[in-house]
Amino acid sequence: MTDANPGLRGKRPRRSPKDILYSESFRTAVYQIALAAAVALLGFYLYQNVVENLARQNIATGFGFLEQVSQFEIGETLIAYSARDTYGRALAVGLMNTLSVSAAGIVVATVIGFSVGIARVSSNWLLQRLATAYVEIVRNIPVILQVIFWAAVIRNLPAPRQAVELWGLGFLSNRGLTFAMPSAHAAHLWMLAALGAGIALAILASHKAKRHREATGRYIDMLWPCVGLIVGLPLLVWLGFGAPHEISFPERRGFNFAGGATISPEFVALMTGISLYSSGFIAEIVRAGIQATPRGQVEAARSIALRPRFILRYVVLPQALRVIVPPLTSQYVSLIKNSSIAVVIGYPDLVNIGNTVMNQTGQAVEAIAVMMLVYLIVSLATSLLMNLYNRLVAIKER
Amino acid sequence: MSSVPSSPLAAPAAAAYDPDARLSALAWLRANLFSSVWQSLLTLAVAFVLIRFFWFVLDWGVVNAVFYTTDPDVCRAATGACWAVIAEKHRPMLFGLYPYDEHWRLVLMMAIYLGTVVLSLWPRCWNLRFLVPLWIVSSLSIGVLMFGGVLGLRYVPTSEWGGLPLTMLLFTGTVLIGMPVAVLLALGRRAPLPVARGVSVVFIEALRGVPLITILFVAVNVFPLFLPAGVEVNKLLRITVGIAIFFACYQAEVIRGGLQAIPRGQYEAAASLSLSYWQTTRRIILPQALRISLPAITNHIIAAMKNTSFVIIIGLFDILTATTAVMQDPLWRKFYIEAYLFVAAVYLFFGYALSLYARQVEKWIASGRI
Repeated sequence: MTDANPGLRGKRPRRSPKDILYSESFRTAVYQIALAAAVALLGFYLYQNVVENLARQNIATGFGFLEQVSQFEIGETLIAYSARDTYGRALAVGLMNTLSVSAAGIVVATVIGFSVGIARVSSNWLLQRLATAYVEIVRNIPVILQVIFWAAVIRNLPAPRQAVELWGLGFLSNRGLTFAMPSAHAAHLWMLAALGAGIALAILASHKAKRHREATGRYIDMLWPCVGLIVGLPLLVWLGFGAPHEISFPERRGFNFAGGATISPEFVALMTGISLYSSGFIAEIVRAGIQATPRGQVEAARSIALRPRFILRYVVLPQALRVIVPPLTSQYVSLIKNSSIAVVIGYPDLVNIGNTVMNQTGQAVEAIAVMMLVYLIVSLATSLLMNLYNRLVAIKER
Repeated sequence: MSSVPSSPLAAPAAAAYDPDARLSALAWLRANLFSSVWQSLLTLAVAFVLIRFFWFVLDWGVVNAVFYTTDPDVCRAATGACWAVIAEKHRPMLFGLYPYDEHWRLVLMMAIYLGTVVLSLWPRCWNLRFLVPLWIVSSLSIGVLMFGGVLGLRYVPTSEWGGLPLTMLLFTGTVLIGMPVAVLLALGRRAPLPVARGVSVVFIEALRGVPLITILFVAVNVFPLFLPAGVEVNKLLRITVGIAIFFACYQAEVIRGGLQAIPRGQYEAAASLSLSYWQTTRRIILPQALRISLPAITNHIIAAMKNTSFVIIIGLFDILTATTAVMQDPLWRKFYIEAYLFVAAVYLFFGYALSLYARQVEKWIASGRI
């Protein structure tokens, strides 16, 4: 630029103060400094007020309270916890509960959402209308109302003695959902490890097969080998442990159940409410994704005699997932955030326990900061994971 | 809230091939319900479930239902729904803690509110010389009716407000405060000033990453600490502003999408006319950006209406809190399903009305009327 018109540069007039005042770069700089100063001043002013107010009300500051003994019990814990443990551990219990209810909710919402989304584009008029009605209803009723409703339904279920029996496999009562479970056995952990190994090997093998196809042009069908790896390995481990097949069935005993596993009423209500609410949104996302593949492409694929499985795998899914994954991510994140309404029905999630901690210690600022920070981290981590997945399915441009 | 609001129904399969075909009833049935053996079986299965369901609804909700009684035992004896619970409890459900004898003020307030909103949404009335006085007059009269303390009306503090009027006020406050903040945040995020961009990005992303509940906790428990000693802000106002700012962060991202869709040439044309930044923004950019993002904006406005129900957590008596409280009554507690169905119907009604109106606005935009 400077070489292109040296004349202009040479003849540049001397700038008077007025010119500087009216120059764009100067003004931009002034505005920005003013804005930054205003934000800093506001922050400082608020900080000062908080410090003064806390000092006046004799409230401790800092995160020392996390080390103090909590002195309250929690109904549902995934890690060992008692009232003698610290506030920090209580919050960790809450976080585990938040994560477990969100994970279950995401699975249920995804299954229902995908089914309803596919039904939304069904060529069957009746099914399609039914799916539309479902979506419009679950999406437009506030999620809190849905959760409160399910909590009330479960609270009004019969007591264990008159519990609703579910095909001999479990019971639904005001104590929650009780169902049959294989009795605990050392084999289970190894089977889980075998499942992980199977999935990893399957991914590796299909990758190799793809390389082979790209190098030689010869296609190796990896569907059954992969199924074999993922299902077969845990099965082998199970057989290796002598096939432990003892299943613990729940039985009515006294005022409660014995045996089986039980999910608390609060967990069932919260999970049902937030996952049904999200399933409506996921269904719409899936519908949009399916409609993103032009009809002609499927017809073209059929006309070159591609097998239906391959049409789905290589024509429809790659294009649909590209449209589905980004909004699905934000649905998952919003489901995790919606799990915080647990406090309304008394499920001990992070916000519920954070609220108790806040009331006991009086340290509102720190307690709320912990909650917000944890949710920020969880939200960002979910987005990150889904973005990685999105990179796998996004358009690969040359 | 990433999907299209109440999207148009997917066209039936036959129409996808030939949209102009006028099918006879029989041909329509064949194409849409009985196109193959599997489709026919599916249709029959769905029809069976639907008929069972509607039969149950009819049986429970109409045939065996009790529509009016003041005696809960009559309801207990019936096998169907007890709609009488709504007749019996509609006043505490709709008006919350507001003094019983003053409920007429809330009825009047809702009439004024709905009238004002309907007039403001009608394009014929889109004239500042009409709308500004209208809103001033109706806000003043709503204020007088709600607070009282003048004209011989009894004073009612905001802590006793409740029910549907409270939901309406929270919703209106959220949108009226939130929309301008959203526009400012969206402009900030696209501003040529890096500092403004940074501030907006951090603000938007931080608030979008946390649940609304934590923001309500901040509004109730932390915000008073920010103020110098002796200064107090009304709790209802703090909560409204909290919901509004949360709403604004989502709306800002939607509006940013609209801003990004404006071609560069629009900015350059405005610059060549030597319009200033604010002139360009106000007269060229924003009108187009808001039109483009309208469907998503309505989505979030409807979501804002649903989100007002979160105030149950901090004990404001909106329609849902009030209903939950009413349902503690041991005599009527058994009929909670009817009561919650009623509240759900109220939300569905207003949500449906909003989305219908939004669709109408999209039509007006498409036809160039606005």
